[in-house]
Amino acid sequence: MGQITLQGVRKSFGPVNIIKDANLDIENGSFVVFVGPSGCGKTTLLRLIAGLEDVTGGQILIDGRNVVGVPPAKRGLSMVFQSYALYPHMSVRGNIAFGLKMAGLPRSDIDRKVEAAAATLNLTPYLDRKPRELSGGQRQRVAIGRAIVREPKAFLFDEPLSNLDAALRVQMRMEVAKLQKQLATTAIYVTHDQVEAMTMADKIVVLNAGNIEQYGSPLELYERPANLFVAGFIGSPKMNFVPGEVAGEPSVATLGVRPEHLKIGKEGEGWPGTVSVAEHLGSDTFLYVDAGKLGLLTARCIGEFNFKAGDRIWLSPDPARLHRFDKDGVVIRT
Amino acid sequence: MATQQTQVLGRALLTPAVALLFIWMIVPLAMTIYFSTLHYSLLDSEAWSFVGLENFRYFLTDPAFLTALRNTLVLVGSVLAITILLGTPLALLLDQQVVGRSIIRLMVIAPFFVMPTVSALVWKNLLMHPVSGLFAWVATLVGTTPIDWFNDVPLFSVILIVAWQWLPFATLILLTALQSQDEEQKEAAEMDGASALSTFIYLTLPHLARPITVVILIETIFLLTVFAEIFVTTGGGPGLATTNIAFLIYTQALVQYDVGNASAGGLVAVVIANIVAFFLVRIVGRNLEA
Repeated sequence: MGQITLQGVRKSFGPVNIIKDANLDIENGSFVVFVGPSGCGKTTLLRLIAGLEDVTGGQILIDGRNVVGVPPAKRGLSMVFQSYALYPHMSVRGNIAFGLKMAGLPRSDIDRKVEAAAATLNLTPYLDRKPRELSGGQRQRVAIGRAIVREPKAFLFDEPLSNLDAALRVQMRMEVAKLQKQLATTAIYVTHDQVEAMTMADKIVVLNAGNIEQYGSPLELYERPANLFVAGFIGSPKMNFVPGEVAGEPSVATLGVRPEHLKIGKEGEGWPGTVSVAEHLGSDTFLYVDAGKLGLLTARCIGEFNFKAGDRIWLSPDPARLHRFDKDGVVIRT
Repeated sequence: MATQQTQVLGRALLTPAVALLFIWMIVPLAMTIYFSTLHYSLLDSEAWSFVGLENFRYFLTDPAFLTALRNTLVLVGSVLAITILLGTPLALLLDQQVVGRSIIRLMVIAPFFVMPTVSALVWKNLLMHPVSGLFAWVATLVGTTPIDWFNDVPLFSVILIVAWQWLPFATLILLTALQSQDEEQKEAAEMDGASALSTFIYLTLPHLARPITVVILIETIFLLTVFAEIFVTTGGGPGLATTNIAFLIYTQALVQYDVGNASAGGLVAVVIANIVAFFLVRIVGRNLEA
C-alpha cells in the first residue's frame, strides 16, 4: 500500500515561501510526476514527503497516518537521487544491501533479496564491482536497485535521468516506467523535462512558484489546461497566445492555440502573416510566422512544406481546439 | 610536451633547477658519508684519521642507541595515535553549524602557527611547572600532589607537547575531507535507516581513509626529527628518558664534539627513516591509490 495525501503542506526557508498550501491525493500504485520550471519547489516538495526537510505547516499522510515528525527511514519510502548517491566504498552488492543491513535483517534474507533485485535490473554480473567501475546507466540501475530492494510503500525519484545522455535517457525512461508497473508500487517522480512527464506519468502535478497549478493525466493537461501557465508549459513547441480583442473575440483576454492546431489555409482564410524562419525537420515543418498585431506565431505542420523566410501565408486555427482564458489567466470553458 | 623540440627545450630549461637541487642534496650527503668514516673530533681537529666502519659499530652498539630508537618510535606512534583519535572527533565537531564557527576554527588551528621552541617553553614554564604551573595549581585546588611532569613522566610530557602542536594539522586535513563528503550520500544513508553512528562507520570513515593516510605519512616525516621540544624542556633526560635519535646525534656532535660518530648516526637515522617509510607505505599506502 502506498497512498500519499498532502493536506495544506507549507514550507518556508526564513521569509521565503517555497511551498504554499499544497493539497494532493496520490493513489496507491500510481505514477505521479512533479513537473515545473527550476525553482518551482518540486524537489522541495519531494524532500518534504521523504522527510529530508521538515514541513512548516500542514500534514503529510501515508496510508492515512500522519508522518510529520517521523524520521525518513520510518516512513517506508525509498529515494533515487539525482547524483545516484551510491556509497563509493561499497560494492554494488553492499550498496543494495545497506538498507536491509541497517534494518537488521538476517544475512540469508539479505542475500536472497539482493540477488532478486539485481536479477530484475540485469545487475547480476556487476554485483562485486565498485560504483566507479560502472557506466552511468549501470549506476542509475544500482540506485534503483537500492530503492526497490526495501520493498517501500512508494519510490521517490529526484530527476534521476538528468545525468544520462539522450539515448540512454529514453531507454531508462521506459525501463523505469515498466518496472513501476510491474511492481505496482506508488512512484513520485520529479523532473523539469515535460517529455519525461508526459510519457511516464499516470498523473502530472504542474508546479509553479510553490503552487500546484494543475493535477491531472497527461492528456487532460494537454487538452484542457486549467490556466495560462499550464497551457504554456505543457506542449512543445509552446502554445501560441494571442490577445482576444485582436483575434476578434473581445470577450476573452487571451486566446491560445497550439502550433499543431494551426493549419495553413488558402489566401484570405484565417490569420495572415510572413514566415520569418522555417525549420525543416523532415517529418514536420516548424514555421515561425510574424502575424502583425497577433504577434509571433508558431505553426507545426506535419510533413514537408516548401516555405522559406519572407513568404506570405495564411494560418487558420482549428476552432474546436482553441483555449480561451480570462484576464486572470484562468481558462473559460463553455 | 608534444614535439621533440619542446621536449628538448623543456629539459634544457629544467636542468639548472634540477642540478642545483641535486648538488644541494648530494654534497651534504657525500660529506656526511665521508665524515662517517673518519675519526674526527672537534676537540682535536688536527688529528683525524680514516677508521672505516668503526664509527657505525660504535654508534650501533652504544646502549643509548637502542633507547633512543625506542623513544623515537614511541614518540612517533603516540603522537600519531593522539592526533588522529582526537583530530577526527574534533573535525566532526568543527564541521557542524555552530555560532562563531570561524573564530572556533581559528582557535583550533592556532597552535600550529606557534614555533616549537616557544610552545615547549610555554608548556614547560606556564603549564607543567611543578610549582608555578597551571596544572600544579589545578592539582592543589583539588587537593592532590602536583605532578613533576618532566621528572615523573618525561617522555609522556614531550608527547603531550608535540601532540598539541600537531593536532591542528590533523584536524584541518580531516575537516577539509569531511567538507568534501557528498551530502546526498548521507541523505541516502538516512533514507536507508542508518543511524548517525552507522553513517560514520560505513560512510565517513571510509571517506576519511585517504586523508588519514596523508596525515600519518606527513606527520611521520616531521615526528622522526623532533628536536626543539626535547632540547628546550628535558635536554634528553632524565638520563636518556627523552632522547630520540635526532637528539642523540646532536649530543654526539655538539656535546661530545665527535663529528665522525655523529655523521655515522645521521646515516643510520636516514636508513631508519627509510625503513619506517617502507613499512608505512606497505601498510597505509594503498589508500592513496585512486
